[in-house]
Amino acid sequence: MSAMTNKLQDLLGWVDARFPLTKMYKEHASEYYAPKNFNFWYFFGSLALLVLVNQIVTGIFLTMHFKPDASLNTSGVPVAFASVEYIMRDVPLGWIIRYMHSTGASAFFVVVYLHMFRGLLYGSYRKPRELIWVFGLLIFLCLMAEAFFGYLLPWGQMSFWGAQVIVNLFSAIPFIGPDLSVFIRGDYVVSDATLNRFFAFHVIAIPLVLLGLVVAHLLALHEVGSNNPDGVEIKKHKDANGIPLDGIAFHPYYTVKDIVGVVVFLMVFSIVIFFMPEFGGYFLEYNNFIPADPLKTPSHIAPVWYFTPFYSMLRAVTVNFFWIDAKFWGVVAMGGGVVILGFLPWLDRSPAKSIRYRGPIYKTLLTIWVVAFLILGFLGTKPPSYALFGIIPGDPVAKMFTVYYFVFFITMPWWSKIDKCKPEPDRVT
Amino acid sequence: MSCDEKVDCGRRNLIVATAAAGGVGGLAVAVPFIASMAPSERAKSAGAPVEADISKLEPGQMMIVEWRGKPVWILRRTPEMLASLKKTDDLVSDPHSEKTMQPDYCKNEDRSIKPEYFVVVGICTHLGCSPSEKFKTGAESGVTADWAGGFLCPCHGSTFDLAGRVYKNKPAPDNLVVPPYMYLSDSKILIGEDKKGA
Repeated sequence: MSAMTNKLQDLLGWVDARFPLTKMYKEHASEYYAPKNFNFWYFFGSLALLVLVNQIVTGIFLTMHFKPDASLNTSGVPVAFASVEYIMRDVPLGWIIRYMHSTGASAFFVVVYLHMFRGLLYGSYRKPRELIWVFGLLIFLCLMAEAFFGYLLPWGQMSFWGAQVIVNLFSAIPFIGPDLSVFIRGDYVVSDATLNRFFAFHVIAIPLVLLGLVVAHLLALHEVGSNNPDGVEIKKHKDANGIPLDGIAFHPYYTVKDIVGVVVFLMVFSIVIFFMPEFGGYFLEYNNFIPADPLKTPSHIAPVWYFTPFYSMLRAVTVNFFWIDAKFWGVVAMGGGVVILGFLPWLDRSPAKSIRYRGPIYKTLLTIWVVAFLILGFLGTKPPSYALFGIIPGDPVAKMFTVYYFVFFITMPWWSKIDKCKPEPDRVT
Repeated sequence: MSCDEKVDCGRRNLIVATAAAGGVGGLAVAVPFIASMAPSERAKSAGAPVEADISKLEPGQMMIVEWRGKPVWILRRTPEMLASLKKTDDLVSDPHSEKTMQPDYCKNEDRSIKPEYFVVVGICTHLGCSPSEKFKTGAESGVTADWAGGFLCPCHGSTFDLAGRVYKNKPAPDNLVVPPYMYLSDSKILIGEDKKGA
């Protein structure tokens, strides 16, 4: 037995002399000290990684059967659409792989939204973690691109008209817009050329960028160390060996904790896959079971749920500013709604990081902001004429909350400074 | 760039020049990749005009033909439908079709060659959805109580009257596009080409 262990030790030594294996293991796992007070909100980072792996693995197996081809087969069905049906019906257990992928897409956004909200709660974007936040936002943008490109592939009605609308957003840009949208489609209409290139973006281009950004996000995190629910720096108090007094090793303590999160997550994930893979039309929209028809838009089109808050902002802008059409400003609002998050580290001037020690202004405004975001998301799934509870017209509500969404951020430098914060503790509680 | 005594300025300049030349070469490599994404010759050539037979179209009925991958509507308007255009004059943002969303020969009150037949590309000028027909008037249409008949875009709620003119304060900036077209006979329309081009 000990001879065996010795052999393994020798092998490890041989590798370590040529590659920093043990060094990396220590830096990122066994000797990466994370604050000891992580709570429920800290599950979602590792879960996002799990879902990323799920998407890549299921994606690889789906490409073995999927055909990015918009031409019609002998029965008059687009080949791409038919190949997805083939995966669902004829490929052994293909349906499970496809549902893991489609449910995984929605799960990704659930997990990432909660992960980002954690950042808002505890000020995880504040100095010195600005770059972690910025990399994270770029990851979010990549995810949105990935979801959008992937949604075209089944070549259903929602795929087609969703892509039509989003690509036409670019045509709203003054001067270069119309040419740019033709360039993106590779044709004057959404067509086979569009399907093929979106496939290329979805399966290789964006995933490569995404993986690079995930590595950058983690390297930046491990460089400065994790924030925590108290928003205080654990590195201020170290023991004689230079280990933070309030830190515990990521492995084994947080790997074990994260496994608990993984188990609970997989339970929920499996229930969705096996019992409600379409999730009432929110994860897979019913109109997408109809092959793409360039001559007829479905009577109600809405993006998948994770885009709806930003989609509501797009719809909310109906006023022309300066000499440019409202259409362009709608696009600016939609893009700005995402990008403005990236400026958060510089907009927030509060003396305290964590919501635990911040004053009533932040707590109130953030609560309203969350409500605004959820209601914008809900209204985005409905037609523009929808009325909340049947009486409150949705359109003015969406306009009001869109304004609030931006005012929250733009005025943050002022109100965050004057907010009455409680004193932060010296060490984590 | 500053250049102090310790460095050989001649060599420094050569390095800069080499790096610049390499950079230009690197950028040049991007050209074929970017060019390959533009519409191919095949996509460019697929724009042939299409013929439509309107002899079986009843008054108030609309047919759809595909032209360049887009739906083109041909609506045979009833006298009541044509009369509704007077009512909507004040409600639409460009009542006299000042913006060039139509050939010159369709820049008139009803945006058509023959008022009875309205030919238009059925693609919303906002973000490219195809509006739905809402020909019933009033509350029955499900649009508004004083709806005069027209089209409603399901995507972002833009509304158009029966000459494809966009209502005020809607996301769509322009009237629906009237394609170039001409009558081959009383019952045949050629879409995508007009007398000027022929």
